Amino acid sequence: MNTHTDINKTEFEQELAQHIITALNLDISLAEIKPLAPLYGDDGLGIDSIDVLEISLVLTKQYGVQLRSDDENNAKIFGSLRSLADHIQQNRTK
Amino acid sequence: MPSIPLLKFHRPESVFAWQDGSPISAQRFLTDVISLAKRLPAHSYVLNLCNDRYRFVVGFAAAMLRGQISLLPPSHTPDLIERLSGHYAGLYCLTDGAHGIGSLQTMSYPNLSEVGLMQTPMPEIPATQVAAIVFTSGSTGNPMPNEKTWGAISLSVTAEASRLGILNRGDLTLLGTVPPQHMYGFESTALIALQGGVILHSAKPFFPADISAVLNEIPGPRALITTPVHLRALLTSNTDLPKLELIVCATAPLSRELALQAVERFGAPLQEIYGFTEAGQIASRETASTDKWRTFDGLSLHQKGDATYVSGGHVIGELPLSDITELHSDTTFRLHGRTSDLINIAGKRTSLASLNHHLNTIEGVLDGVFLMPDEQEGCTARLAAFVVAPELDAHEILKALRLRVDPVFLPRPILKMDALPRNATGKLPRASLDKLLQQSKRG
Repeated sequence: MNTHTDINKTEFEQELAQHIITALNLDISLAEIKPLAPLYGDDGLGIDSIDVLEISLVLTKQYGVQLRSDDENNAKIFGSLRSLADHIQQNRTK
Repeated sequence: MPSIPLLKFHRPESVFAWQDGSPISAQRFLTDVISLAKRLPAHSYVLNLCNDRYRFVVGFAAAMLRGQISLLPPSHTPDLIERLSGHYAGLYCLTDGAHGIGSLQTMSYPNLSEVGLMQTPMPEIPATQVAAIVFTSGSTGNPMPNEKTWGAISLSVTAEASRLGILNRGDLTLLGTVPPQHMYGFESTALIALQGGVILHSAKPFFPADISAVLNEIPGPRALITTPVHLRALLTSNTDLPKLELIVCATAPLSRELALQAVERFGAPLQEIYGFTEAGQIASRETASTDKWRTFDGLSLHQKGDATYVSGGHVIGELPLSDITELHSDTTFRLHGRTSDLINIAGKRTSLASLNHHLNTIEGVLDGVFLMPDEQEGCTARLAAFVVAPELDAHEILKALRLRVDPVFLPRPILKMDALPRNATGKLPRASLDKLLQQSKRG
C-alpha cells in the first residue's frame, strides 16, 4: 500500500517529524512517519485542522514560519513531510 | 401573529457586512436576500454549507423568506447526511464551494452582483416560524432535532448583544474564527448581526497570521468571536495583534490564565459564553476576573432534585443544564464538570453515547468504548478508544469510523484489548479506563 517505505528521511525531516509527534501527542514512532506519505487522511497520519493549527504554532516558534490559509499551496505544503520540510527551509527566518 | 423584521437596527445605507475588504450596505444585503429567495428550489429544508459568512447569512435569510428551514447537524459525515435526507424529504444543499455533499440536490450560490439595488420594505418574519433545526447527537446515532423559531432566535441574540454591551453598535465589526454552521458561530457571528445591529465580517480566518491580517484591515472598532483553541494559538504566536474592543470566547472551558493573557494582549474585556444546543446560549462571565456565570436578562435558573433548569427569555418551557451546577442565586452560578456525556472539541459537539454507538456498529468490533481524558493544560484534549476487535487493526477501525464521525472526534490512541474491564453489572468504571490509558502511555 505504501510505496514510499524505503526512502530515508533527511536530518531535517527527522527533526520536523519529532516536533510533529511531540506537538500532537501522537502515539507513533519516528519511523512511522514516511517522508513522502500524505499527512492528511486515511493513508497518512490522519491529521485534521486542529492538528494543522498545532503544527503551525511549532513552525512559528522553531523556525519563524507563519502559515496563511490563503496560501494556495497549503494542500501541497501539508501533502507530505518532505513538502512541509521544503516549505520551511525556503521560508524560515530562524 | 406578531412578526419581527429581518434587520432590527440597520438603516438601508448603513454597513451590514465586510466582504473581501469592501463594505456591503443593508440595502445591498436585502437585495441579495430577496434575489436569492426567488431562485431557491421549492423544498422545505436546506443544508446551508456556504463557507463565506455573508453568503451563509444571505442563504439563511432567503430560506426564511420562503418558509424554508435551515438544518444545522453536528457534522457532515456521509452517514449523517444520509439519515437526514431520509427524514427530511426534499433536503437540498446550498453551497458556495465546488462540491455539494453526498447525493443531495445542490444549488450553487449564484452571482448576484448584477442585480440592481432594490428599494424594498424591510421583510418581516412571523415570530412563531421555525427558522432552523439544530441537532444534538442522540445516543443511538440518530441526531435529535431542536427547533429554533425566529422569535426565540431574535430574543436570544438580542439578550446576548445587550449583555456584551454591543446592541445597536452600528460601527462595530464582529470577526469570527468559528463557522456559522454550528450553534456558537450561528448565534454569535451570524444571527447577532441580523438582530443585534452590529457589522458582520464574511471571513473565517484560521491561522494566527490570517486572524491578525483580517483584524488589521478592519476599519474602526472590532470584536473577535473565537474559541480557546484559536485564542491560545493567537497568544502563542508572535503575530502582530491590534487592539480590540471585545473578545468573546466559547465552546470549551477557558482557563483564567489564558483569559488574563488575552485581556492584556488585546487591551479588551473578554466575555466567555455558556450554552448548550437545546437552549442556545444562556449565560456569560468575565473569566479574567470571576468564575461566576450570570444568566442573560430574562433567564433564570432553578434547582429540582439534582438537576438545574433554565427558563424564561428565549427558552421555551424549562430545560435541564447538562453540567453540574452550583447555584448562587437564580441568575448566578458556578459550573463543576459535566453530568452528561457531552463532548465538545473545537466547537463541534457530540456525545460519548453516540460515538460508542458508531464504534460498536462497525463490522468486526465486538465491544468498544470511547473515553474523554481529563483536561490537559496547553493542548487540545483528544478522545481515546478501547476496542475489542480480533480481526481488525487500528487503521481499519479508524477508516470505518471516519465515515461515521467528524474527524475531530476520531480516537487517538485506539487501544486494542482482549476484553474491556467491565464490572459485574456490565458497566465500565471510568477509573479503570483512566488507568488503562495511563498504562498505555507509560508502556
